[in-house]
Amino acid sequence: MNLQISHEETNGVHYLTLAGEVDAYTAPKLKEMLVPLTEEKNAQIVIDLANIDYMDSTGLGIFVGALKSTKKNDGTLKLRGMTERVKRLFEITGLTEVMDIDNEVKGEAR
Amino acid sequence: MSNKASDFIEMTVPAKTDYVGVVRLTISGIANRMGFAFDEIEDIKIAVSEACTNVVNHAYTDSEKGQIRIGCGVYENRLEIMVVDHGKSFDYDDVNKSLGPVEGKSVEQLNEGGLGLFLIESLMDKVEISGEAGVIVMMTKYLHRDEVEENVDRTSPAPTQ
Repeated sequence: MNLQISHEETNGVHYLTLAGEVDAYTAPKLKEMLVPLTEEKNAQIVIDLANIDYMDSTGLGIFVGALKSTKKNDGTLKLRGMTERVKRLFEITGLTEVMDIDNEVKGEAR
Repeated sequence: MSNKASDFIEMTVPAKTDYVGVVRLTISGIANRMGFAFDEIEDIKIAVSEACTNVVNHAYTDSEKGQIRIGCGVYENRLEIMVVDHGKSFDYDDVNKSLGPVEGKSVEQLNEGGLGLFLIESLMDKVEISGEAGVIVMMTKYLHRDEVEENVDRTSPAPTQ
């Protein structure tokens, strides 16, 4: 309920823009949207996290699952626009090492 | 420092994801009142949500209508939060072995779960986990007053009687 997801496809790249909270309650909504995209052959997915106010390990788990699934299907998954808070979670857990993260592109650039 | 909580707040919510956010907001309000800094409040919110999410995901079978009990001890120098369930307990040492940062694992080896307890331990100052009938997670965050700007909105600790 407190997570907004918008999905656009430009030149074969899926752009997901998330806003609000990613927790155990909103996770199914995100999974429902993301999982089928990751299962497409050679899918290119870019997820913008600039407007995420809250995220916990449930969200990290979804991105880990999505990364595995895209790799299996020869696709790519990129995360961008993380706030300092969200970035910190990826750093603490060591996920910055395995995920493709591009925080140079800030939320304003749409 | 006083070992008696100046205030104690308790709540019980159904073990459903619907209520994890409610607990998080309540605890955030208490931490804010106590004068915690923004980042510390965010840490506490995540830790509490992780503990509650663990209860929702692991404590009860689908047919059980379980509950999460949350107790908050407000001390002069710290906030103690206890998250309790009456479901299955688990072997903490066993679980602990499988936790930790990603460090050198390949993408295929990554586990989608298991980061919750690790985050709780990273974000809080002290964490104790125990329980035979169910699980008790007790976590503490200390107030670092000298580093925090005096907050007008902060309540002064209630005088002990």
